[in-house]
Order: sequence, then C-alpha cells, then structure tokens
Amino acid sequence: MKTQISKYILAVVTLDPALVGSGGAPVFVARDRAEQDRIATYLARITEGVVHDLENGVYILVKH
Amino acid sequence: MTATLLGIGFGFAARCLMLRSDYRQYPAYPHGYVTHLSLGLIAALLGALAVPALLEREFTAVTFLSLAATQFRDIREIERETLSKLDISNLVARGPDYIEGIARVFEARNYLVMLIALLVSGLTYLTNVLAGIIMGAFALLGALRLMRGPVIGQIATVRPGRISFKGPNLFVEDIHFMNLAREEVRRTVLARGLGVVIEPFDDNAREILANNGQRMAIAHDAATQLGIYRDVDTAEFTPILRRDLDTGRIALLILPLEKDMDCLVSAVKNVPVLESSTSRPLKSRAGRGAAD
Repeated sequence: MKTQISKYILAVVTLDPALVGSGGAPVFVARDRAEQDRIATYLARITEGVVHDLENGVYILVKH
Repeated sequence: MTATLLGIGFGFAARCLMLRSDYRQYPAYPHGYVTHLSLGLIAALLGALAVPALLEREFTAVTFLSLAATQFRDIREIERETLSKLDISNLVARGPDYIEGIARVFEARNYLVMLIALLVSGLTYLTNVLAGIIMGAFALLGALRLMRGPVIGQIATVRPGRISFKGPNLFVEDIHFMNLAREEVRRTVLARGLGVVIEPFDDNAREILANNGQRMAIAHDAATQLGIYRDVDTAEFTPILRRDLDTGRIALLILPLEKDMDCLVSAVKNVPVLESSTSRPLKSRAGRGAAD
C-alpha cells in the first residue's frame, strides 16, 4: 500500500509577515487584500489546492 | 440434451437481463459486454450440465463447478482492479467501498446464472420441459428482484438544506463544512450550490451514513446524475458530506451543473446502501440499550 500525507499546507499568503514564522511552506507577502486574493487564486489554480482564511490576515493553501 | 439447452438458455438470459447498463455506466463499452456475456455463458453451461452429469453417474464432471467458482472469484479481482485504477480519473471518485460493492455484484451474478441454469436443467431432466420453463421464468423474476438492494431513501429522510456563510466558514443548516477564504468562491458556492440534509430513521441507518465509503458513493452518484461544476484545478468545488456529531445527520454540499433541488433529492434517495457500510447496532443488546 502506498502511504502519503494527504493534507498539507502548500503555501501561506499573508498581509503581515510578522504573523507567520518560518516553516515548511513558502510564505508570500501581499501588499493589500486584493493582491492577497489574486496571489491565493493563482496558487490555488496552479497547485490544485484550496484557500482557507485564518481570519487574521493570513491565507493558507491546503492540498486536500 | 433439451434439459441442458433450456438451462443454458435461461442462465444466459438471466445474465443478459442483469447486464442492464444504467446511470452508473458500467460496463458501457462493447468489450465489457463481451467479457461478461461470455463468462455468463460459461457459467450457464456449467450449471446446466451439473444435474444431468450427476444423474448419468459422471461424478468428475461435477467437480468442474468448483473450478468455475475459482474462475468467477477472479472476476471480482479484475473488476476491482480496473475500477480502482479508473477511479483516479473521476472528478468525483466512487470510493473503494462502492467499487468493492460493484465487483462483488459481478461475481455474485455469475453464481446466480449458474444456479438458475442448474435449477432449470435439473427440473427439466427430472420432469418435463414445461416445468423447466415455468421454473426458469420464476428464477428470472427472482434474479431481477435480487438486483434491487435497499437505497438511502428507505433508511433516511432526504430534504433540502440552506447554505450559509459565517465569515469564511461554510455551513449547511448548522453543520460546518469548511473554511473558504476567497470572496469569489463564496459567491459561486452561494449562487450555484445546493445543500441536502440526510436524517437517519434509526441507529442502524445512522451507522450506515457515518461510513465514509457510503458518503463517497452519495457524492459520486449525485455528481454523475446532475453534472458537476468543477474541474481538476478547482478542489474547493468538490462535493462533500459532513456529519453532525450530535445527531448523526449528514449534509451534502454540491455544485451541480443542473441546479435542480428535486432531482438532487431523488438522486440521493436512490443511492444504493453499500453492503460494506451496513451495520446493525440495534441487533445487539448494548446498541439497543444505548439507543434510548
């Protein structure tokens, strides 16, 4: 049987870099909400992930 | 000779009847038909020969039946393997439980064919052709009845549920589904999405609906029948089912191409209850005691 991690954070898109520490996923810093939305959309389409809102100005992209 | 031919005829007819292709679209290609019809013919042949061979004291001939059983077990293997491999290309996966159910049915149908052929040929050999034909007709009716298992509509009420957002969190009624960040995605879900709530009648039904494979089957069947508003790169539009932990209710959220609530409810009601998800806690003392 093939074993794999099925849910993991692909990327983080944040308005405030201070809210995200270093980790496994790349962090993209956006200048405003519109840019954050746009980056998250592009990344979601490219990686086939889903964008989730942590409600503190940080978006995460998760592979489900 | 007449007995054997009649047995083969009815057995093969049973296999043809059971090969009806429906929305599940399987097998829907000519080669699939050829495979299953020829195996059905072999099954009918083996079944039809058993009783005459036994009565003619050809005991070795009967051992071939056990050989056939091994062969037909391989069918399940083949079906499972094929469907599992193809499932990767489905936008909404069938899930392993549904596949196992289909594979099991394919195997069982061959035994059924063998049994029908055996009964018809045996009866014809021992009595007369007319009795054999009557037996065959009843056996065909019985086989058609066996094709219908229980469906979701018989174990639970299925009704429309309202979709709403609280911040980024998506709910169908009060069941939490997921967190969606993007405004555009939320608008699409509200505009195109349909929510359905499935309420189990009793504790047995609750356990069936708790099974993840059963839920995948519901999502798959709903998506095949109403079309699905998603592509490979829009994972957020995948139909999902979530469970209300307090009551065991299940809610389905789907973005169909054809937004028709009545059709969705009837599609969900007609999803078969999977053999592998069936459990009966109410049959046990502890289950009954805990139910009240």
